[in-house]
Amino acid sequence: MVAGRRNWGGPLVLAAAVVLGAAVGSASLSGCRAGRPVERTPLVLATTTSTADTGLLDAINGEFEKEHPYTVKTIAVGTGEALALGRKKEADVLLVHSRKDEDEFMEAGFGSRRLDVMYNDFVVLGPRDDPAGVRGSAPGEAFARIAGTGATFVSRGDDSGTHEKELELWKAAGMTPGGTWYISTGQGMGDTLRIASEKRAYVLADRGTYLATKSLELEVLSEGHPALLNPYGVIEVKGARNAAGARAYAEFLTSPEGRRIIGEFGREKFGRALFTPWDGR
Amino acid sequence: MAEIVRSLLRAGGMLVSLDPEVAEIASLSLRVSGAATAVAVVLGVPMAVVLAVTRFKGRRLVIGAVNTGMGLPPVVVGLIVSMLFWRSGPFGALELMYTPAVMVIAQVLIALPIVMGLTLAGVQQVDSKVGLQAMALGASRWQSLSLLLREARLSVLAAVMAGFGGIISEVGAVMMVGGNIKGRTRVLTTAMVLESRMGHFETALALGAVLLAMSFAVNFALTYFQQRGAGRWNNP
Repeated sequence: MVAGRRNWGGPLVLAAAVVLGAAVGSASLSGCRAGRPVERTPLVLATTTSTADTGLLDAINGEFEKEHPYTVKTIAVGTGEALALGRKKEADVLLVHSRKDEDEFMEAGFGSRRLDVMYNDFVVLGPRDDPAGVRGSAPGEAFARIAGTGATFVSRGDDSGTHEKELELWKAAGMTPGGTWYISTGQGMGDTLRIASEKRAYVLADRGTYLATKSLELEVLSEGHPALLNPYGVIEVKGARNAAGARAYAEFLTSPEGRRIIGEFGREKFGRALFTPWDGR
Repeated sequence: MAEIVRSLLRAGGMLVSLDPEVAEIASLSLRVSGAATAVAVVLGVPMAVVLAVTRFKGRRLVIGAVNTGMGLPPVVVGLIVSMLFWRSGPFGALELMYTPAVMVIAQVLIALPIVMGLTLAGVQQVDSKVGLQAMALGASRWQSLSLLLREARLSVLAAVMAGFGGIISEVGAVMMVGGNIKGRTRVLTTAMVLESRMGHFETALALGAVLLAMSFAVNFALTYFQQRGAGRWNNP
């Protein structure tokens, strides 16, 4: 019995010390965080994966937080969920890109204001050898050829702005996609690009995420068509917990400074801007 | 609150009506995690017994590694398996990425340390005199090992349940290596992430209830066997 107790004492004390150490460590960490001079209010931003995946939000939010007493909490999801979070008032401000859904959201009275922020463009990507022969064609024609040859196409399939745009293009091409050649991932843009690259498939993507995702074996095959424009809007949620913060954020995005940050973002890293600020037309 | 109630009702509807898409997703979940648990048990239980009865240099290090592996983040497993099976990786030529097969491989890696760690603890709990007594009564080495395992069967069944529970509910690894492809690699957990992302919170929660119901059925069956064994112990 005594021997048994002695055997147990060591490990138990050790385990207790480890747990205690971890607790003290995390407590002191949170203590550091609490020691900020400015009293900050959280501002919940629900946005699409494309703005977060490219790193644009980090650039914007850093500057915004320097000037305003808010801490931006970003929830990066599909446009569908971002709007749903807005409807439930779980988010104060939304940065999304699906004009049709945004208009419905405003008409239903969930938002107090919607402003155009910026746009980027979609590109049709595919493997270098381009088995369906879509290089240089307009998106509608490209989609018709992909479906016609039965080449693999990877879809987001997640009600995101990009998925909505893809369905719009299929509709314009006069077809309903489906069958073994049509793969629906239900994942974000970065993951969907990776799957398309691995499967040597065609895919519709926003240019920003394509440029920001490394080591893809995909090339731009169709671009620069008006149907491929991708406008982003900012919506202040009506009755939001932090309505003042939402207003400040929307105004910051559309201010000369916000537009400068958006217009310059990506030039250094990718050699070109990923988004174009809305010029107020 | 009303939302949660509606979700539960929806889940009931899914179970009763056997919605074909939900049935397909649930069946893939069960097959992938079931196969992975089976492989993890076949590999893990013997290895745990060996670890329990042998003494070699670095044994404690191995046991420490196994116990650490019980807390291995599924995302880390997913990442490593992805890097191995991507076309650019060493096993890329097998073209297994984004198939159920590679999902099983990833889940085996998650379940194996859990099955091993708990089996090991259970086997070591068995009184060492049992083995000696068996040997003294003329049992062979194999016979005494199987006796040891029989003595520890409650723990082994608990290990199987913990392994299965750990992987049927994980999303990080199957999402990365499976790709959540509709009709091919979509399982209940990845479908839940997708439905939440789309803002269909009720559907997501209903799928969660389906997962729990399924998990309960499997564990109930295993518990039945486990407790039957326990009953015999109480009334020798």
